[in-house]
Amino acid sequence: MVPITTLHYLVVAAALFVLGVIGVLTRRNVVIVLMSIELILNAVNLNLVAFSRLYGLHGQVFAIFVITDAAAEAAVGLGILIAFFRNKETVNVDEVDLLKW
Amino acid sequence: MTQFFTIVDYVMSLPIIMLTLFALGILLMDLMVPAQWKWTNAVTAMVGIFFSAAAILFRTQRGLTMARLSAQSAYMNSMLVDHFTIYFWYLFLAGAAITVLMSVRYMEIEHEHHGEFYALILFSVVGMMCMAAGMDIVLIFIGLELMAISTYVLVGFLRRDRRSNEAALKYLLLGAFSSGIFAYGLSLFYGLTGSTNLLIIAKRLAEHPGKPSAIAVIALLTTATGLLFKIAAIPFHQWAPDAYEGAPTSVTGFMSVAVKAAAWAMLLRIFLWGLYPLRSVWVPLLVFVSVITMTGANLAALTQNNLKRLLAYSSIAHVGYMLLGLVALGSVDYPAPAFFDGFKGILLYLLVYTFMNLGAFGVITSLRQRDVIGDEIDDIAGLYFRAPTESILMLIFLLSLAGIPPLAGFYGKYFIFLSLIESRHYILASLAVLYAVFGLYYYMRIANQMFMREALDNTRLPVSFGMKVGLGITAFATVVIGIFPEPFIRTVTWSLGIALSAPVAALMR
Repeated sequence: MVPITTLHYLVVAAALFVLGVIGVLTRRNVVIVLMSIELILNAVNLNLVAFSRLYGLHGQVFAIFVITDAAAEAAVGLGILIAFFRNKETVNVDEVDLLKW
Repeated sequence: MTQFFTIVDYVMSLPIIMLTLFALGILLMDLMVPAQWKWTNAVTAMVGIFFSAAAILFRTQRGLTMARLSAQSAYMNSMLVDHFTIYFWYLFLAGAAITVLMSVRYMEIEHEHHGEFYALILFSVVGMMCMAAGMDIVLIFIGLELMAISTYVLVGFLRRDRRSNEAALKYLLLGAFSSGIFAYGLSLFYGLTGSTNLLIIAKRLAEHPGKPSAIAVIALLTTATGLLFKIAAIPFHQWAPDAYEGAPTSVTGFMSVAVKAAAWAMLLRIFLWGLYPLRSVWVPLLVFVSVITMTGANLAALTQNNLKRLLAYSSIAHVGYMLLGLVALGSVDYPAPAFFDGFKGILLYLLVYTFMNLGAFGVITSLRQRDVIGDEIDDIAGLYFRAPTESILMLIFLLSLAGIPPLAGFYGKYFIFLSLIESRHYILASLAVLYAVFGLYYYMRIANQMFMREALDNTRLPVSFGMKVGLGITAFATVVIGIFPEPFIRTVTWSLGIALSAPVAALMR
């Protein structure tokens, strides 16, 4: 049995972060892009909580703030998406093409 | 019982508390105000800004002077109130006040005159104040998100306008993405140093001189990506022209000055206070970013036909010049003159930029009439015949943006170029001067339209009282800073206070 060390958490967090970045850059659906952003923020939380095993509570407090922020961002994001959908009837990012150059 | 916070904490954060209370008050009062009295919300917002400024002047700043301190930390060192902080607080409040003045008539014409607009402006200023005062990455991150989320909503405030929806959506997706990357970088710095306080991070990073570790470089790159996104430097600028074009024009003005100044305050705090020991990595990075920012933005601005988009690219180009100031001050050792001139250049640039850019956006805001959107370059054609005063003020703002000597814009560029020459970056200095000439071309293109072309319709342009006051203040400041720069340069030097004080100076060496 290999004991779980801080490094293991960091590797998982890094994987989540990379998956989130890939999701944001490649997905068409805005809802999935928002979910990928949540994935990035959860990678941050995992990092912070893993590090706070070494250094004390600061990291966990930061993680709670990041969770709050993610909730606020999702709420505003879905609100903006609904306003957009009412006028345009689509949630695909490649059809968001009124403003360019 | 242990007491965590003392009266000092509350006095130091009084301006922030005051502004929060007024923002909440606007939200409550808006429910009771009938539709034709919505302008009273703007008055409440102005009173809130006024009280907050008074709290800075008579409580925070006087408290520092009375105690003969150049800085006071509050809330267990998560907040640091020094002259730098106070300087930026005044700057944000000035930007917000002028924006409120310019918004009243515009939001009425758009039929979106709700109290939430003013509440959101005040909330975003609260976030900016936390960013400028933050010494702890938790507070900086929370301030950043408070500002950013309020701004997302402000950009999408014209619910029925497709361009506004689209701008808000793009700004939200890219902004949230960059915040996520930024937070990842911050979490790595926490892991590297075991602290969330910038000064302790700097101390721990300085304990390992020599080549920084790979993880430190990754942390720096992700943090820098987030910061460069927020100040809209190329290659992370894509959201800026879209968000600026789609947003309500007065909000565009607000974003291009106050939001940008807040992002700069945060960037300077993090790079100079927290990550100064890593400057061997970030200085070359910033050289690269500033050169492509100036090149890309100036070339893209040449062909724009939408006024808001043109000014968006011009504001990206200005970020390029300001980054050069940071390059100059990062590439010399602490007490060298280039260090202070670069710092002064950035702060003075942000000050003059606040007034001249808000003024230019104010004139564009006043072009919006009942049936005219008024943000294409054709809409400003013949403005001289429709509104002579406004067109001459616009000319002043444009010349100042281009950096013509008797106006304010010149002094921002002057100190930056001076610091570049003092730090022996001759090639960068000549590039910057070359691009400033490019800038003159596209600014004069607007002026050419205003004075040399026939107007599409010859009716006089009605200008509201608030707009007149706003334009008056911005034009006055642009001219006065240009002709009597002395007191303003002294103010900027004063705001560097903490950089000279012993504990921080020791860190920077």
